[in-house]
Amino acid sequence: MPDGATAVLAVNGLKTVFRTRGGEVHAVNTVSFRLRPGEVLGVVGESGSGKSVTMMSLLGLLPSPPAELRAGEVLFEGRDLTRLPPEALRRVRGAGIGFVFQDPMTSLNPVFTVGFQIMEPLRKHLGMTRAQAAARAAELLDLVGIPDPRARLRDYPHQFSGGMRQRVMIAIALACNPKVLIADEPTTALDVTIQAQILELVRDLRQKLGMAIIWITHDLGVIAGIADRVMVMYGGQVVEEAPVKRLFSAPRHPYTRALLGTIPHIRGPRAPRLRVIEGQPPILRAHPAACPFRARCAHALPRCAAENPPRFPLGGGHDVACFWDADTGAAREAAPREGGARHG
Amino acid sequence: MLTYTLRRLLLSIPTLIFISLVIFLLLELAPGDPLADQPLTIPPEVRERMRAALGLGEPVYVRYWKWLVQFFWVEPRVMLDAWLGTAMAVGEQRIISWQFRAPVFDVIWQRLPQTLWVVGMAYIIGVLIALPIGIISAYRQYSWFDQIGTFVAMIGFSVPTFFTGVLLIVIFAVNLGWFPSIYDTTLRVTDWPSFVRQVQQMAMPVAVLALYNAAQISRYMRASMLDNLNQDYVRTARAKGMTEPVVVLLHVLRNSMIPVVTVIALGVPSIFGGAIITEQVFKVNGLGQALIGAIYANDLPMVQTLAFIFAILIVLFNLVADVLYGLLDPRIRYD
Repeated sequence: MPDGATAVLAVNGLKTVFRTRGGEVHAVNTVSFRLRPGEVLGVVGESGSGKSVTMMSLLGLLPSPPAELRAGEVLFEGRDLTRLPPEALRRVRGAGIGFVFQDPMTSLNPVFTVGFQIMEPLRKHLGMTRAQAAARAAELLDLVGIPDPRARLRDYPHQFSGGMRQRVMIAIALACNPKVLIADEPTTALDVTIQAQILELVRDLRQKLGMAIIWITHDLGVIAGIADRVMVMYGGQVVEEAPVKRLFSAPRHPYTRALLGTIPHIRGPRAPRLRVIEGQPPILRAHPAACPFRARCAHALPRCAAENPPRFPLGGGHDVACFWDADTGAAREAAPREGGARHG
Repeated sequence: MLTYTLRRLLLSIPTLIFISLVIFLLLELAPGDPLADQPLTIPPEVRERMRAALGLGEPVYVRYWKWLVQFFWVEPRVMLDAWLGTAMAVGEQRIISWQFRAPVFDVIWQRLPQTLWVVGMAYIIGVLIALPIGIISAYRQYSWFDQIGTFVAMIGFSVPTFFTGVLLIVIFAVNLGWFPSIYDTTLRVTDWPSFVRQVQQMAMPVAVLALYNAAQISRYMRASMLDNLNQDYVRTARAKGMTEPVVVLLHVLRNSMIPVVTVIALGVPSIFGGAIITEQVFKVNGLGQALIGAIYANDLPMVQTLAFIFAILIVLFNLVADVLYGLLDPRIRYD
């Protein structure tokens, strides 16, 4: 793991809790990660594993109440975003960190032109005049591959297809040259060919603009194609983190192994049924005191029910939060690395 | 949009002709005799002659046709004559009110200003109160402001105006003596004291009606804002770093206004209809009172003309609502 000084974004011990009528729901439980300049960090996990909530907490985008940031720090450009006053945090949103959301069909405001929506952050954060912003907006549309950009600035979102709208969303997120782009399942709502186009576009933009990207998805195929490093989340915590090749070739957490096992293969004999991970992800009413995956885990040990496994470093930027050692097939002996231990 | 508007205007003509026929026939079927309040000592043959003089001897279709001609051909020209000083319709038969023995439209022109001032002002004030209340109630859902707003709206909506009206009269006119309980139509605003008196006599009826209107519209506004506040585009606007006022008052409000503007536009004809009960309570002799009086007096020309004018306004403002919808929502296409 690189040290904090070189990271463009460093998250330490982030905890987010939703207060609902039925009690508290612990959605993010002591999540820590670092994002290096120019890298693509993939975040995977099934629905409800806390991927989106983690990223939205970073920028205070969750409605509060019910969401509440309990602990942790988010270091961006030397400042802790969790302690910034609202006005300063707003300047980071859009200007420093861009966000692309899942559903392009509903993420754009239907009653304003696309041009207006792209120009809004330009005029707000960069203080551009209307003419400057219009010129820059046209450049951005051109950059994300929308033909005839000047004319399309005057069009409304409903005049664009789903893929084109996601390109517009990317253009908005990139408007102020952010250092970090957070893409929250940006291709999930799109069909496969459009998905491939968007992936190609993001790969291309990353080359051109050199920003760091956090790519949230539950599609492991997408992760394999775009990420440098992968973080697997379960029950609101990071259960495994590794460089992408290492994760796919030598997954160490039972959950990651199960996830990879669910991918159907196009070669070889066809399995009679698709493989699934039995059971449901847990809804955590309190901070996990035990491994949240143990009920669905094939390798659960007595210790898993007694304490929550910390992240054990395996070397080469690979770490895993599990008491079971996939190499030996037995319980892990090594003590956790200092600082990687979970507190709380 | 223009072709759509023109097409709708043309299509509304058969609609209105049908409505006029229904109104005419309904009143024809209704029991009642315009001579009922004449003394019983009038001999039957004289009574018959009086009926003939009112035009009641003619068959239904003849009377309907004559009324249509008077409404669409004679009266508009009389109006133009009055405005332009021409003499196109001099000596032609106008629609005559049986109770006043005067042209129906003259009565309407006398009654319209009070109704527009009192009921129209109440509508404008109601809307101006309702919009901010609806917006704040939705933005701070379940806050004390929202709870109080919901409570007041429920009272305004469910307590009838004849109760709130009388209550206000008892408190402010009888006990406190701040406002007159009867609206004086003959008051002319010429100087500051007469203006103050006008404001005083308008205060209570306007307050009663404004509360009712605000209660209704604020609920629509709140519901529409709530629908939009959870939309994905709101999150996008926040993620772009827009300030809360911009997010709420530009992005959310612009979308929320679409259904609310329609509701407001559809409510405008009811201004002209006058608030019949409220006008009655405060003795404002506006259009609502004219209609009630005409029904009591079996004044059929007056009733059918007023009812038909309301029908025209309703059809017209339906069209206005649809056009506004198209202007506010770029997704709506009419061509």
